[in-house]
Amino acid sequence: MFETCADPSQLDGLHWFACYLTNGVHLRFYTAFLTVLGLLAVTAPVALAFGFAAASASRSHVAPLRWIGRIYTAMVRGVPDIAFFLFFVIALDQAIEWSVHQIQCPDWTEPIRQGANFTVCPQAKVPLNTAPQEVHEFYNFTLAVFTFAIVFGAFCANVLYGAMQAVPRAQMETAEAYGMSRRQAFWRVLVPQMWIYALPGLSNVWMILIKATPLLFLLGIEDIVYWARELGGSRTSQYAYPHGDWRLWYFLALLVFYLGFTRISEIVLGRLTRRLSHGQATMAGDQARKAAA
Amino acid sequence: MKTLALTAAAVVLATGAAWADAHSVVRMGTEGAYPPYNFINDDGEVDGFERELGDELCARAGLTCEWVTNEWDSIIPNLTSGNYDTIIAGMSITDERDEVIDFTQNYIPPASSLYMALSEDADLEGGVIAAQTNTIQAGYIAETGATLIEYATPDETVAAVRNGEADAVFADGDYLLPIANEDADLMIVGDPVQLGGGVGMGLRETDTELREAFDAAITSMKEDGTLNEMITRWFGPEAATYE
Repeated sequence: MFETCADPSQLDGLHWFACYLTNGVHLRFYTAFLTVLGLLAVTAPVALAFGFAAASASRSHVAPLRWIGRIYTAMVRGVPDIAFFLFFVIALDQAIEWSVHQIQCPDWTEPIRQGANFTVCPQAKVPLNTAPQEVHEFYNFTLAVFTFAIVFGAFCANVLYGAMQAVPRAQMETAEAYGMSRRQAFWRVLVPQMWIYALPGLSNVWMILIKATPLLFLLGIEDIVYWARELGGSRTSQYAYPHGDWRLWYFLALLVFYLGFTRISEIVLGRLTRRLSHGQATMAGDQARKAAA
Repeated sequence: MKTLALTAAAVVLATGAAWADAHSVVRMGTEGAYPPYNFINDDGEVDGFERELGDELCARAGLTCEWVTNEWDSIIPNLTSGNYDTIIAGMSITDERDEVIDFTQNYIPPASSLYMALSEDADLEGGVIAAQTNTIQAGYIAETGATLIEYATPDETVAAVRNGEADAVFADGDYLLPIANEDADLMIVGDPVQLGGGVGMGLRETDTELREAFDAAITSMKEDGTLNEMITRWFGPEAATYE
């Protein structure tokens, strides 16, 4: 990267490390941290949206909606994450390709399943074989985000359902007494008040989501665990920067990253709890009121 | 912004699929963790003997190629499901694999597999031997009296010997020799074992034309001597070459 790094075999000590830590593979390692943060930034709101939809559906007076919400929550929560990840990503990919195949190649006569092969016509490959590698990686990443969102959405659904039930019944009765419709009472009274009950559960789901990001590695995405193992492995002089087995140090760096990240999350969530407690009919809200008075 | 552009590109490519030609880009699947066959170099690019060979084969066959890395363990399933079009990852030609995928002719002649250990008197018959999962070497150890422990990457098999989890590692000689030469503690022990029918490129059984194109390119490299020169340059003067 820097001109002084042109011949690593001539470098020593700190200079060698500075060049080593800024070479091409390390830059890809650092980018992988952004991949993980990007996954969290996209997955968290999508999972919350899935959870909210499922929790609202579970409370619905329309029976089929209620069944969908409850089946989704129960089924996804009941299957081990890893099994779900391995199965769902392949199934989703094949379902997408199968659908495109039906549209693009109606005249295709050969069977799609030939023994171990899943062969759709070339125009139905998603993404196309001709697409640049970035598109393939982006597609894989999108599948991963969607799968994460479905799994964690189910946990959010359960938390939000419980939070909706926890809002004091008197609040809803008062809303009805004021002549609000079911819909109005839901959006104006129930939803604003439920977050304080949901927060402990949601923060738990968030922590588990952070810790589950190494599952990306299972889905063939080159995340930080992949690069830590790859870079930490011992290297012969075939490489520009030969070194011994340094996996311990790379995994230690991951440990520090995850601990630091969860610590920051705890602080932010703690502040959020204090803010949401304000003016609520909970013990924390009551204490805040007395302290202010 | 980049992701937006990528999404847009993906949508355009998916909808405008009709004009696309299936094999205008050949995706070359490799492991990227098996020096000197294939590895990710310090610039983050796929490098090694197979990178140079693959680029030359594509040039001779008039194909545009792109390199993709994939875990060794799932390298065959991901070929058959179409994530890439070839496997060029130091894969030995065996009958079991030939039932699932097709191979080109070999581009490395059958070479020896070796044992590497910390001491000369390592117990190769009854001890614990490390090998990479789904390799012919792992299959061979399973047939002997030794206890097999499998690892996902080649590097972990060597690490297992260094930290004493295994008595020896059993792998392709061309992979172990550079390591044994540089590490004073590790040495090659026991007798070389001949396994497999040489290293070839793996392709889906349905891609006959592509296989023929690569076969022809390999033949031309064998005939004009460039393949032998490449093998000697990457694996050293002792490596087996073609007559």
